[in-house]
Amino acid sequence: MKKHSIALSASVTFALLAGGSAAHADTLRLLTWGGYAPEDVVAKFEAETGHTVEVTKSNNEEMIAKLRATGGGGFDLAQPSQDRIAGPQEEFGIYKPMDMSKIDAALFIPSMMEATKGNTTVGGDVYGVPHVWGTSGLVVDTAMAPMVKDYTDLCSADVAGKVSYRLKRPTLIGFAFSMGLDPFAAYGDEAAYADVMSQVEAKLIECKPGVKTYWGGGDELMGLLRSGEVVASMAWDTGGWKLNADKPDITFVAPASGALGWVDTFVLPAKGKADDAAYAWINFVMQPEVAAMITAAAGNFTASQGADEFAAADLKAKYQNSFPQAAIDNIKWYPPVPAGLEAIEGGVLDRVKAAK
Amino acid sequence: MRTESKLGLALLLTPLLLWLALLIFIPQVDVFLVSLRERIGVGQYQTSLANYLTFFNEPLYLWTFLRTAMMSIVATLITLLIAFPVSYYIAKMIKGRMQSALFLLCLVPFWVSELVRTFGWMILLRETGVFSNILQFVGLASGPVEMLYNDGAIMVGLVYTSMLFMVVPLVTTLESLPDEVVEAGYDLGGNGLSVLREIIVPHAMPGIVSGCIVVFMLSLGNYLTPTMLGGKESLWFTELIYSQFIVRFNWELGAAFGFLLLMLSSVIVWGMLKLTGQSLEKTMG
Amino acid sequence: MTPDLECTHLTKRFGDTAAVDSVSFSVPPGSFFSILGPSGCGKTTIMRMIAGFLEPSEGDIQIKGKSVLSVAPNKRPVNMVFQHLALFPMMNIADNIGYGLRRAGLPKTEIDQKVGEALERIGLPGIGLRKVDELSGGQKQRVAIARCMVLEPDVLLLDEPLGALDLKLREHMKIELKSLQSAFDTTFVYITHDQSEALVMSDNIAVMNNGRFEQMGSARELYYRPDTAFVAGFVGDTNRWRGRISKKDGQNIELQTESGMMLRGATHGRPLALGEQADMFVRPEAIRIAHSKDDLAVFDNQISGQVTSLLFNGAASRVLVRGEGLQDEIEVNLPQSGEFASLNKGSDVHIGWSSDQGNCFAAGTV
Repeated sequence: MKKHSIALSASVTFALLAGGSAAHADTLRLLTWGGYAPEDVVAKFEAETGHTVEVTKSNNEEMIAKLRATGGGGFDLAQPSQDRIAGPQEEFGIYKPMDMSKIDAALFIPSMMEATKGNTTVGGDVYGVPHVWGTSGLVVDTAMAPMVKDYTDLCSADVAGKVSYRLKRPTLIGFAFSMGLDPFAAYGDEAAYADVMSQVEAKLIECKPGVKTYWGGGDELMGLLRSGEVVASMAWDTGGWKLNADKPDITFVAPASGALGWVDTFVLPAKGKADDAAYAWINFVMQPEVAAMITAAAGNFTASQGADEFAAADLKAKYQNSFPQAAIDNIKWYPPVPAGLEAIEGGVLDRVKAAK
Repeated sequence: MRTESKLGLALLLTPLLLWLALLIFIPQVDVFLVSLRERIGVGQYQTSLANYLTFFNEPLYLWTFLRTAMMSIVATLITLLIAFPVSYYIAKMIKGRMQSALFLLCLVPFWVSELVRTFGWMILLRETGVFSNILQFVGLASGPVEMLYNDGAIMVGLVYTSMLFMVVPLVTTLESLPDEVVEAGYDLGGNGLSVLREIIVPHAMPGIVSGCIVVFMLSLGNYLTPTMLGGKESLWFTELIYSQFIVRFNWELGAAFGFLLLMLSSVIVWGMLKLTGQSLEKTMG
Repeated sequence: MTPDLECTHLTKRFGDTAAVDSVSFSVPPGSFFSILGPSGCGKTTIMRMIAGFLEPSEGDIQIKGKSVLSVAPNKRPVNMVFQHLALFPMMNIADNIGYGLRRAGLPKTEIDQKVGEALERIGLPGIGLRKVDELSGGQKQRVAIARCMVLEPDVLLLDEPLGALDLKLREHMKIELKSLQSAFDTTFVYITHDQSEALVMSDNIAVMNNGRFEQMGSARELYYRPDTAFVAGFVGDTNRWRGRISKKDGQNIELQTESGMMLRGATHGRPLALGEQADMFVRPEAIRIAHSKDDLAVFDNQISGQVTSLLFNGAASRVLVRGEGLQDEIEVNLPQSGEFASLNKGSDVHIGWSSDQGNCFAAGTV
């Protein structure tokens, strides 16, 4: 079994793993998201520690697929979301436990640190510490579609033909919440979860005629919103704020049923070879000034204690505008995804896509 | 002497055999073995044909494959219909620098990545895009026209992406057709149509078939174009494979899909060869 | 009788250059007409205009008295045998020969019958199902002709079809072509740069140079009575000297070459004046070789010298002779009667020819 997956890695992800092979002790191969390792931060880190950093940009699914392909090799530090750690770890064993003694816990916001540790504990070992957090919700052109307040409003006849969303799991979860269901409560029970998903499926198929297109990438969504072809969409908060700078009418709206909150973490791949450099990177980027640089690049806030002081004023203003206290309290944080749920969601997404 | 030449042959063949074995044969075998696994619990698997049964029992997957194959065949035929006159013009009607210049022109789109090319089409076809604005400007349309996000857009993208791979083999075979053979066709009483049908097309057949095979396989295996230009319900088979592998973590089903794609596309190519009376040796040699 | 093919003032210009410059000729029915000229002289252009692949800039082409200028190539009553034969490799022999008949819409049984007859005619019965590349060069040649002849064209054009064959086969095919022509009793228009092909096969030959016909006539006329220096030089082998006319007496002139040779020749009616520069052409076979000077008494040109080279070529063997005190070498046919079998390099010989054989032309462009 094991042998298969190792050899398969060559075939499936050979091309994906561009340049991730040569490892010596002080090269940190970082598998992360766009904006999480800006060049100025990397340069500063290299100057201070003498380590060199190789950055590979990716997303949750591809990170896990790459690590699965190599059995957790090829990278020294990865940044999947906290809900995608426990499940893949149980199934594929692609991470190794964190040595919390090497982490400077004082740099983290304590509540987030505790929550992430709880969510990423498998068999008594902690696998992740928090880094960047944010939400997804709605990006709305408030002049053209003021009535869009929740995910299900995307099905409204008023905006028919001018809405867009992704066919990915956040859409399923978001629609479930705005339909008054609680998918997270059903996580532990496959049958209950399948029931929730089948209701969402029916709703999404019903809404399909009014959707302009299912967007696939961030650039595509930006183009759709900026050109006015789409006036309301599901998207990340930062996307809305970025567009807000160009077109003041467009902004991020926290949905009435609650924005979906995610936390991207630091994890050590099972076959990482530069753990010391990885810990050094974690402790380096969690310093408030450095964390603020990352916030400036990625648009999202970090779990760094005290970094708010260094964050740009306009970003803070946009954040406060989109998130009154009630909306913050209403954020639905993703709990860890149990292994196997993806198959249920996948079937739903396929059927929605294929529906006429 | 004999052992020496044997050794030489072995040394010459080694890189090729290694390449075939390591990069093509072994991965395929591995994909096949993975496709035979069925997940029965966390980290637990057993050998079964469950993944293949899933493909044949779920109409969605079968339908998506048929749709992908049909669209690829149509894209191949359209590419052929457009590329043939272009190739004939390049190979036969012009000479010298103009010829190389036009050939180069076919190549130019390939100097940028497929992603950029596809974005280019999105800019042209979208509701607020170039074509829509031109149509409104000349008064052929009263409002914005959406030409993106449908099967037509996929077709445009596929044909555009494949054009070069049809033009190259066609130009090569058409160039090998002596001008005087075409002239003889006319001289002996043929008209344009009959010369095309009886002389030019039969001569170009190996090029047509090899071009069609390449374009068909490229279209079938294309991922970017259908996902970016396609509409809400335009599923492409490679999209299914990608989502099984990457999004669903279901390598077993993804591997089964991949293996089925290989098998079914081979069957289609074999059928096309039989249908046109060509053999792979003739086409490639 | 209406000629099968008549061209009047046929002209083709490409840009500023005239590839064919006001050429007129007519070909009587059933005759074998050749256009002979070096490559680039415009002969292929004439051929392509007759076949209809090129449109003349000026002039007219008539076939059996009717202008065909407005007739498309596939409707003209002429067919062409191409330089590389242009058999259709994707068809078998029978389909190749039957192609034109199918295009003409004949019923299948009639086509099969005519194809069978044509194969008999060219002496290759029963090869109908063979592929083109299974035939020898000579067989392909015959199939290419049969493919045209089944259409019973008024004129058959042949564009150097023997060029690709080896020498032996070429010699054989010359004779065969001629007999095929009389067998089919069709007008052949043949273009070639090979003078021996033209001389052997043709009833009439036009020698072409720089887009113009230099001379038209029978092989014999061209060979023995060339009108121009070009024809004299191009048709057959020849010795050639340039010099000043030092004496003129009616048709007879004396030429003083730069190297000091004194040669006697004839103007054959061409206007040449005393003191002018002129070229004299003498064919090697017109020169007599002898061991003794006395044998040459009848000739008014006599030179004594040594053999500098023996060019053995069977019946066509020659020697090069250098006259005493002279620099030029003279090419002379070597009779194979045995008389000169002992001739060696350095042997003393005497040569002579009559002034009548010395064709003189005003020194010109060629």
